[in-house]
Amino acid sequence: MKNKRTHWMAAILILAGLLALAAVVSLCFGSAGMAPSKLFQALLSGENTVEHTILWDVRLPRILLAIAVGGALSVAGVILQGMFRNPLVEPYTMGISGGAALGVCLAILLGLGKRFGGWPLPACGAIGAAATISAVYFLSTERGGLNIRNLLLIGIMISFICSSLITLIMAVSKVEDLHGIIFWAMGSLEQSNPLLVKIALIVSVLALFVSYFFCPELNALALGEEEALHLGISVENAKRMLFLLASIMTGLSVSVSGIIGFVGLVVPHFIRLFLGWDHRILMPASWLCGGLFLVFCDTLGRTIISPTELPVGVVTGLLGGIIFVYVLCRPERKRRCSI
Amino acid sequence: MLDINDLTCGYESGFAIRGINLRVEDGEIVGVIGPNGSGKTTLLRAVTRALKPSAGTILLEGENLRRMNAMDVARRIAVVSQSAEYGLMTVEEFVLLGRTPYYGRLRFLETRRDLEKAREAMELTDALKLKDHLMSRISGGERQLALIARALAQEPKLLLLDEPTTYLDITHQVGILDLIRRLNKNFGLTVVMVLHDLNLAGEYCHRLALFDQGKVRKFGAPEEVLDYRLIEEVYKTVVVVEKNPISRKPYVLAISEAAREFSGKTAK
Repeated sequence: MKNKRTHWMAAILILAGLLALAAVVSLCFGSAGMAPSKLFQALLSGENTVEHTILWDVRLPRILLAIAVGGALSVAGVILQGMFRNPLVEPYTMGISGGAALGVCLAILLGLGKRFGGWPLPACGAIGAAATISAVYFLSTERGGLNIRNLLLIGIMISFICSSLITLIMAVSKVEDLHGIIFWAMGSLEQSNPLLVKIALIVSVLALFVSYFFCPELNALALGEEEALHLGISVENAKRMLFLLASIMTGLSVSVSGIIGFVGLVVPHFIRLFLGWDHRILMPASWLCGGLFLVFCDTLGRTIISPTELPVGVVTGLLGGIIFVYVLCRPERKRRCSI
Repeated sequence: MLDINDLTCGYESGFAIRGINLRVEDGEIVGVIGPNGSGKTTLLRAVTRALKPSAGTILLEGENLRRMNAMDVARRIAVVSQSAEYGLMTVEEFVLLGRTPYYGRLRFLETRRDLEKAREAMELTDALKLKDHLMSRISGGERQLALIARALAQEPKLLLLDEPTTYLDITHQVGILDLIRRLNKNFGLTVVMVLHDLNLAGEYCHRLALFDQGKVRKFGAPEEVLDYRLIEEVYKTVVVVEKNPISRKPYVLAISEAAREFSGKTAK
């Protein structure tokens, strides 16, 4: 048991170290490169220098947003996969991203972004996400309890309805609006509003903190709902709270950065392969790894065909998929355990 | 220990048990027997609070079960059922989950006492040698031992078992039930178990509750319940009830159609 704790602590320290390293590397790379030796000097230099502006106003907010969104999506994935006991569930399966995307598309169609600045798009995304969460929740409630199977199916159906409505909006949109919708749908960590970045980071850390209190519930739920009940878990309360937490994290991520797929699916699996099923380590390790993965993908997207920028959703999909297939195809004895 | 009064409960399709009255005394082993669909498992699900009764009460040590805190119930009642999913956990991790009712909102890691209790439970059930094995990779008999170890880690006063010998060979069937008898004898653990095998029920239980179409047809000592007329009526099968020459407990032998035909021929 002492070994297990040491093992967990080491894993957290390694992941935190790698995240810090990725953040430093990401600060150095971009269309305007910067030598690592000059990084600290540039960070501390006067506000009027170009380097200072690039680092403080462009790259650092982006890195912080990547950590917040990557962490939130990964923890939402951990919660949903644990709650459904289904390894293929991810935050976007629940229809939340569809609702948020629909909200943003409507805001673009109505020209709210142009009229009122940067706020309406994430606000409409959050409203769309909240509306979807409420619809999925109430439609899945049966005899006072949350029916897990219905929750999944209704989530998928609402997702389909939203994407059809988005296609309809795109069909009637002007060319300049269409570009905005497509770019947003592919995901981007470019956020001009520093307050939104701060809010995203605070909500992401707080949501991780609150979710951690539900680790015993998630561990017991791994045995099945009735077995969790036998272990003294108030299953219905736990499901409601976990669904709410996963929804807040997903809604927040989609509202500020668009649809960045694959993070919530791949990262929990990846961590599970190396550190096992126990949510007490899975949750914080996935938050760190999710942040690390998104910082890395965003840096790659910004630099690989610089000065043109690749949407981060494209990079996460490509890279995440390839890494995941590679890890899964390794001989089982080289992994901690199998899926 | 357990007082069930006028209990009626069931599913959307209708009531599975109606007006059940049962009183389980401290330190006894009660077997619940009856044909498929007679309401045995429904009774266990009502006692574990997985099903809400539509009428009647269940008292645990004099307290109304529905008004008790879930964690408090789990510290007194442990369940061994066949519905658990194991994922990727080892036997030790699985047994340690039995300590969940003792976790507080601010306690995330196992204490020394949790580890000791889990180890004790694995020693008692002879599952300690399996502690590093994955639950999904051990045999049915070994898994049953791990399930009982997890239940014991809860330090319960009442142990509920749903068909604990299903899918096991005769060695494991006897091994599991001998273990349950030892736990009852040495630690005073009260046991209620659903059993399909009438002979094992007669051999190991102090009292039997015979269920028929959602009602308790007879509740009493094995010698009273395993009466051939009653068993034939409830199970709608021809049986012979004899006494085990060693334990002197009743055993039931179902007479097949082939045996009846053979018996008719020899009579002619």
